[in-house]
Amino acid sequence: MTDPVVQVAGLRYRYPDGTLALDGVDFRLEKGETVAVLGPNGSGKSTFVLHLNGLLQGEGTVSVCGMRIGHETLTPVRRKVGLVFQDPDEQLFMPSVLEDVAFGLLNSGLKPEEALPKARHFLRLVGMDHAGEKAPYHLSGGEKQRVAIAGVLAMQPEILVLDEPTTFLDPPGQRDLLALLRSLPQAMIVVTHNTLFAESLAARAVFFERGKIVGEGTPRELLDCFNWSLPGPSRGQPPPAAGSSGQSRL
Amino acid sequence: MHHVVLERWSRGTSIIHRRDPRAKIIALVAFLAAVATTPDSCAPFRLPAYAALPLAAILAARLPLGGVAARAAVVLPFCGVFVVFSLVAGETQRAAALLEKSYLSALAALAVAATTPVARFLAGLEALGAPRFLLWVIQFLHRYLFVTSEQAQHMRQAAASRGAGGGFRFRSWRLRAASSAIAVLFARSYRRAEATYRAMLSRGFQGRIQLLYELSPDWGDALLVVLGIAVSIGLRVAMVLPA
Amino acid sequence: MHIPDGFLSPAILAATGAASAGGVYWMSRRAQGEIEESRAPLLGVMGAFVFAAQMINFPVGAGTTGHLLGGALLAFTLGPAPAVVTMTAILAVQALVFQDGGVLALGANVFNMAIAGVLGGYLLYRLLGGSRSRGIAVFTGASASVMVCAVLALAELRLSGVPMPPALLGVSMGLFAVNAVLEGAVTVGVIQALARLNPGFVKESAAPLRRPVLAAVALAAVFLASVGVWFASEAPDGLESLADKLGIGGRARAILAAPLPGYDAAWFGNAAVNKAVAGVLGAGLAFAAVLLLGRILFRKKAA
Ligand SMILES: Nc1ncnc2c1ncn2[C@@H]1O[C@H](COP(=O)(O)OP(=O)(O)OP(=O)(O)O)[C@@H](O)[C@H]1O
Ligand SMILES: [Mg+2]
Repeated sequence: MTDPVVQVAGLRYRYPDGTLALDGVDFRLEKGETVAVLGPNGSGKSTFVLHLNGLLQGEGTVSVCGMRIGHETLTPVRRKVGLVFQDPDEQLFMPSVLEDVAFGLLNSGLKPEEALPKARHFLRLVGMDHAGEKAPYHLSGGEKQRVAIAGVLAMQPEILVLDEPTTFLDPPGQRDLLALLRSLPQAMIVVTHNTLFAESLAARAVFFERGKIVGEGTPRELLDCFNWSLPGPSRGQPPPAAGSSGQSRL
Repeated sequence: MHHVVLERWSRGTSIIHRRDPRAKIIALVAFLAAVATTPDSCAPFRLPAYAALPLAAILAARLPLGGVAARAAVVLPFCGVFVVFSLVAGETQRAAALLEKSYLSALAALAVAATTPVARFLAGLEALGAPRFLLWVIQFLHRYLFVTSEQAQHMRQAAASRGAGGGFRFRSWRLRAASSAIAVLFARSYRRAEATYRAMLSRGFQGRIQLLYELSPDWGDALLVVLGIAVSIGLRVAMVLPA
Repeated sequence: MHIPDGFLSPAILAATGAASAGGVYWMSRRAQGEIEESRAPLLGVMGAFVFAAQMINFPVGAGTTGHLLGGALLAFTLGPAPAVVTMTAILAVQALVFQDGGVLALGANVFNMAIAGVLGGYLLYRLLGGSRSRGIAVFTGASASVMVCAVLALAELRLSGVPMPPALLGVSMGLFAVNAVLEGAVTVGVIQALARLNPGFVKESAAPLRRPVLAAVALAAVFLASVGVWFASEAPDGLESLADKLGIGGRARAILAAPLPGYDAAWFGNAAVNKAVAGVLGAGLAFAAVLLLGRILFRKKAA
């Protein structure tokens, strides 16, 4: 077996206000593998994801492609790990969609005339090429999410980390994203409350609870083990829509 | 919403829209300076001649004249107060001058704002030497204006749907409720700012933003600068010529 | 209080424009240097916050409502230099996108609201910070920031020759005073709520200034320069007598006469030029005072 691309050992993190968000997490991701991260609200999934790129640094070790994350390795690590945030509004901060997708490319030293065609290409990939000149705040939630994904894909990272990428996507949008992600060669970590999406995308899943990984297996096994699916459709009511985050426990 | 209209106007492709933002800023300042230095004695009949320049720009930009004229009227409430002051003091001519000067200036500023997307405007200001850090702050402010205002709007609606609001009588508890609403908005904004900064870092941000807008002035821009300054000076001189 | 274009005289525009350009340049260097790099997004988002907070109206009475201005709140939470930069950004967006305040008059508006208002309020906050109750410091600082803006704006308008009949002026000053009290009350409420949410949000004011006397002098200079220039210019009679009754007018004239001998005499032979010179000097004086004050504050911080 080759070395894992991501290896996390004994990770603990406490927010400044005292919340213990991660309480000893061990995790590994192999080359080319896709892992789904499941777990209830507030269990520490987003906090975990922020560590993979050195945005938060807790106790324990996080290594990416053999580099231990620390002050000197931040730049190469961030180039290798592409992170799509849970709230696309946080990620889209440039004045136009195209500029936002090009933001990372320009940071990596590309000239505008090289960055622009590339940015356009990735916008096309997520079906947003018509909106390049628009301002991000005129987009719908799902459109924002697509642009955010394009902005990270454009940097062609070796490891893709997506925090609830389907929250705002309609079912066709989820299908498109699924097809897109499947066609990518990268290793992936996908945090999601969308059980169908997790099952169709990942062969392996981990389950977070109170800052720890409490279960590991195929998505199906975990969903059954933690009773994580919605009940079947009841009489006279339409089946619940897939992909609405946070509702699956209610 | 207010700025959404302006945003839509500014995305046009007319000959004015395509001008270098620096040229427009310089022409605007020349025009505003001409108006500001015109003696009040030119009101009320001579001053309106200044309208020729902004009107020409608005028409060339194919903006809706009525819409732009109506928007420029946002200066009128402030004007109204001092027009009343002037009238009470018996200075009719000054009242007319205040009204005309401020409206003409607003019209000209609007003609530039409505033909220049904010990002291009900022790129122009940067090229003219404005502090980069400040321009950055303006950029972020503009970006999150909409998001945060919407949040405030939702909080207001949520409060109203739980029975807040109502009469106008001052109540200290309502002041307190509004204060804590603002505090919550503050905390949320603070958290959003941190998250945004993280998103920038994770895409390789190293402290310097590259703007995509490469400014490349051409002869049209030079012409605009020359015309803007020459016409402004011309009008300014014509104002004080004996009739 | 956003002055549109067309109101201010060229001299006032030039003086306030120069003062603001220098002040903002300096403050933005400060803000950039003294705090972590993450602050450009922070200041921008907090500027958007102030915009949004201004949408929340408070009942004032008699069917009218007021809203927060926010400069003092920013100074108490982010610190003075970042607050100046943020307020400047807000005013710039208001002028460019909302036509609220003029483009040439931006210099004056920035000077009044972003520089003098914020720093004046912050200084009072720091001066009173040693006292028992933070509430008093917050209230006074926030109220003062509004009054400084209002007085400066009225002074600039008056110096530009905009007539101000005493009766109407009295009414507007009354409204400003109500607004100032409101700003104080709301800022106290917000600061208290913030301290409950996360004590780290509020800048500690407990440390007394190292040179309070100097700072007090600087503050007095800001006030007197603004109020004084205004009164010393040909203020309406009613107002002058009111000022005399309060004992302000005489003092203000005396102070102005010292650096400007023969102010009332025809120094330049022309009343308009006189007014303009007084305006320039007054604004410059106020600016120098603010600079001095800032310097004191920042030296304190660096130490
Ligand atoms: N900036 C913060 N400061 C303090 N506590 C925080 C902060 N961010 C998150 N937390 C807390 O840390 C815990 C883990 O949060 P996290 O965002 O990682 O959860 P999550 O698993 O992503 O939840 P969700 O499914 O709702 O997205 C929660 O209890 C949360 O309240
Ligand atoms: Mg999360």
